[in-house]
Amino acid sequence: MSETDSYQLDDIDKKIINALQKGFPISARPYLEAATDLGLSEQELIDRIQRLLKQKFLTRFGPMYDAAELGGGLTLAAMSVPENQFESVSAYLNSIKQVAHNYEREHRLNMWFVLATEQQGDIEKVIHQIENQTRLPVYNMPKEHSFFVNLYLPA
Amino acid sequence: MTELEKRILCELQKGLPLETRPYLAIAEAVGCKETDVLQFIEAKQTENIISRFGLIIMHRTLGYEHNAMVVWDIPDNLVDQIAGEMANYDCVNLCYRRPRVPPDWPYNLFCMIHAKSRGFVYETLKIIQSELQIDSYQYAVLFSEKAYKQRGAKYV
Repeated sequence: MSETDSYQLDDIDKKIINALQKGFPISARPYLEAATDLGLSEQELIDRIQRLLKQKFLTRFGPMYDAAELGGGLTLAAMSVPENQFESVSAYLNSIKQVAHNYEREHRLNMWFVLATEQQGDIEKVIHQIENQTRLPVYNMPKEHSFFVNLYLPA
Repeated sequence: MTELEKRILCELQKGLPLETRPYLAIAEAVGCKETDVLQFIEAKQTENIISRFGLIIMHRTLGYEHNAMVVWDIPDNLVDQIAGEMANYDCVNLCYRRPRVPPDWPYNLFCMIHAKSRGFVYETLKIIQSELQIDSYQYAVLFSEKAYKQRGAKYV
């Protein structure tokens, strides 16, 4: 992360991040279009996005798919993992390709992860596989209703 | 979805090419016309298969280091109304109803707050609880400071 530490976002970077979190033109010259709105040249915008990606200020540039709409399975799951097994269970989860995110939370249920599968029915299979391997119960909490997704975070 | 549509989704998933005609580059990679790609993306946005399109930020490197999942046990007959009101707060980034897992996980409403400090999370929480009059319901705040794996899921 030292590269990130050494690079400070300037006002132009912040303007780009704030504007392009909300969307990106779908047209023949989208960078030119977006750059014009931001008062930049097309090449400068491309170079800056490239740098923001390289410096890890961005995870991605492009689409975010809705797994459920694509016909796949998606769920949030959690486990209560004893301290001395935490690293090994975490490494095991990371090795499973259907685990999209995996993070520690400060709670008795301390291991949280998102499962994304190509087929809806595969969620149960992956959960059973994890329970068999770790001998720990998995709490399965698929969303029943989504009220809001506003991941806009100003820089 | 057709084979061509799957190829476009797959190609897009790698990230939009950083060149002046990114959609043309995708069209050439999958073997169709640029206008096909443009129309396809617009259609998938309308259908909500593409839920967002643009920059996806790494919230931790932007200073949003305190990620709190706040969960509540709200009576079934009230949860949708309260969740709807909660979603109106700018600082609430995600808000979902999920099943309780009895006996030891009584919570059915989940919201996510990305913040630059823990203090901000607690202040926000106090305001929401008092304004929505939900102080009496059991809740928990689960902070996360460390992600072991964060990548976009691959679907196609």
